[in-house]
Amino acid sequence: MNLVTISGPPSSGKTAVILKAAENLKKRGLKVGAVKFDCLHTDDDLAYEKAGIPVKKGLSGSLCPDHYFVSNIEAVAAWGMEEGFDLLVSESAGLCNRCSPYIKEIKAVCVIDNLSGINTPRKIGPMLRMADIVVITKGDIVSQAEREVFAAGVYAVNPGAVIMHVNGLTGQGAYELSTLLFDERTKLDTLKGKKLRFSMPSALCSYCLGETRIGESYQMGNVRKMDIKNN
Amino acid sequence: MTQREILQQSPQALIEKYPFLSAFFEGQHWMSKLNPEQSLADLFALIDDEHAEDHAFDVQEFISQLMDFIAEMKAFIGNETFQVHQLSILPGTNKSGEPEGFEKLVFEPRTITSIVGPTGSGKSRLLADIEWVAQGDTQTQRRILINEELPDNAWRFSGNRKLVAQLSQNMNFVMDLTVTEFLALHAKSRMVTDSGDLIMRIISAANELAGEKFSPDTAITALSGGQSRALMIADTALLSQSPVVLIDEIENAGIDRKKALEILTGEDKIVLMATHDPLLALMADQRIVIKNGGIHRIIKTSAEERTLLSELEKADLKQQQMRTALRSGAVLQRDMYL
Ligand SMILES: Nc1nc2c(ncn2[C@@H]2O[C@H](COP(=O)(O)OP(=O)(O)O)[C@@H](O)[C@H]2O)c(=O)[nH]1
Ligand SMILES: [Mg+2]
Ligand SMILES: [Zn+2]
Ligand SMILES: [Zn+2]
Repeated sequence: MNLVTISGPPSSGKTAVILKAAENLKKRGLKVGAVKFDCLHTDDDLAYEKAGIPVKKGLSGSLCPDHYFVSNIEAVAAWGMEEGFDLLVSESAGLCNRCSPYIKEIKAVCVIDNLSGINTPRKIGPMLRMADIVVITKGDIVSQAEREVFAAGVYAVNPGAVIMHVNGLTGQGAYELSTLLFDERTKLDTLKGKKLRFSMPSALCSYCLGETRIGESYQMGNVRKMDIKNN
Repeated sequence: MTQREILQQSPQALIEKYPFLSAFFEGQHWMSKLNPEQSLADLFALIDDEHAEDHAFDVQEFISQLMDFIAEMKAFIGNETFQVHQLSILPGTNKSGEPEGFEKLVFEPRTITSIVGPTGSGKSRLLADIEWVAQGDTQTQRRILINEELPDNAWRFSGNRKLVAQLSQNMNFVMDLTVTEFLALHAKSRMVTDSGDLIMRIISAANELAGEKFSPDTAITALSGGQSRALMIADTALLSQSPVVLIDEIENAGIDRKKALEILTGEDKIVLMATHDPLLALMADQRIVIKNGGIHRIIKTSAEERTLLSELEKADLKQQQMRTALRSGAVLQRDMYL
């Protein structure tokens, strides 16, 4: 089985791109499965099911979804192998700009869209910087110049990545992407022992754990204060 | 430069040597409060674990990305191998698996090729084959050559080197900038220094195309449909990195289409145009007919078609004159058309 982790800001077009790429892989007779990680809610599982792609979903609730991802991906990968998938795609909403769900030796894709603003590539951190492939969507609605400016912004943050333009609506570019997602020679046996590309901070303050009350006495764990005077 | 040499340099010195690095360093928030005149080695020594963790910073990763960036940019800037003097397609098959009946389809800079065929016939796939620089690895089995050779993989994978620029009717400007600011930003992303003159040239070219002129400090989102299209065309002609321009129908409204094509070919572009409008299709040097997923015919625009074109243009001009007359409240007369 191949495993690919796909991440990116909400609504950047991850599900749309995965569905279009999967269509091409299925035409080649490959069996594709999916897992969706999110915080509170997702309907993506329905979209995958509708496309005939077996899917699992994991909701992290009040935890950072990337932390939740690491604790669960091994079991999900084992499920994928049991099911006999050729490719398991994991989709995570990139909600935490500090973490990223990428694993060493596992192909990592970041999906980002042309409408998200010219500074977005600089803001979203390891999720973009550490990806092997960066997919840029929604090029159909902005000008050529804006596409070039945006792609240059992505390139400055991650010069080593393959940068591709894919249209999540028409599927333009999705066939090409699909050829990069599945590699016959890659055989994953287990994730056990593999490492994250980037350490996740122990962002565990009391609010991470569901605290809602404001005030010094409710703050525990890894709490940091602004320097208001010298700010 | 070796890794050791780079470590002895300060960000500021590196940017002086390689101005393109300013985009790279702007994205490095870990050093936003540090002194850019200090060497990288000294800067690294200032960073403790907490700072590194806060900014998701990793020294080894940073150095390898910096070196990648310098190497790629040096290869990119002024490199002759990325000048496209000719693009050609070697035949593949149509949807029924029958071979396409041509030997080699050639596109040269400064020429226009129109593409005709019903929706779903395979126009998009043809353009996608070009964009992906297909090497017999798509449904059609076509192969694309650049300058009569196997293309460099960078055409496929690099964010900075795309073969095809696209202009289509659905495209809009979305950034909140004035025309000048916008063009300056585009120029910067293309590493064009001293872009002032170029920006003025683009604006005046766009104003020649658009019916109503706009000023350099109009917000791009406030341009009319015709003005936006004119600016997109002038910008693509003069500032886009891509040697091939694909036009997906240009609507007649508010822009001089003939001049638009002249600006693009004047800047050495290879122009491909999907259209069923005879006025546009006949302006092309050649025409590709797509059928059942394959290239069915290649037609050189004939002398007769060229004569026909000039008659169509006259008729079109008369229509435009009548439109102007209508707008000014005139009563139309039969001899206006004869
Ligand atoms: N115009 C346009 N819309 C797109 C494109 N890709 C995705 N979308 C739309 O963007 C919205 C969000 O897409 P979705 O795949 O759900 O994003 P996700 O949250 O990243 O999975 C949907 O309405 C898609 O139809 C694209 O390339 N062009
Ligand atoms: Mg989704
Ligand atoms: Zn996180
Ligand atoms: Zn917290």
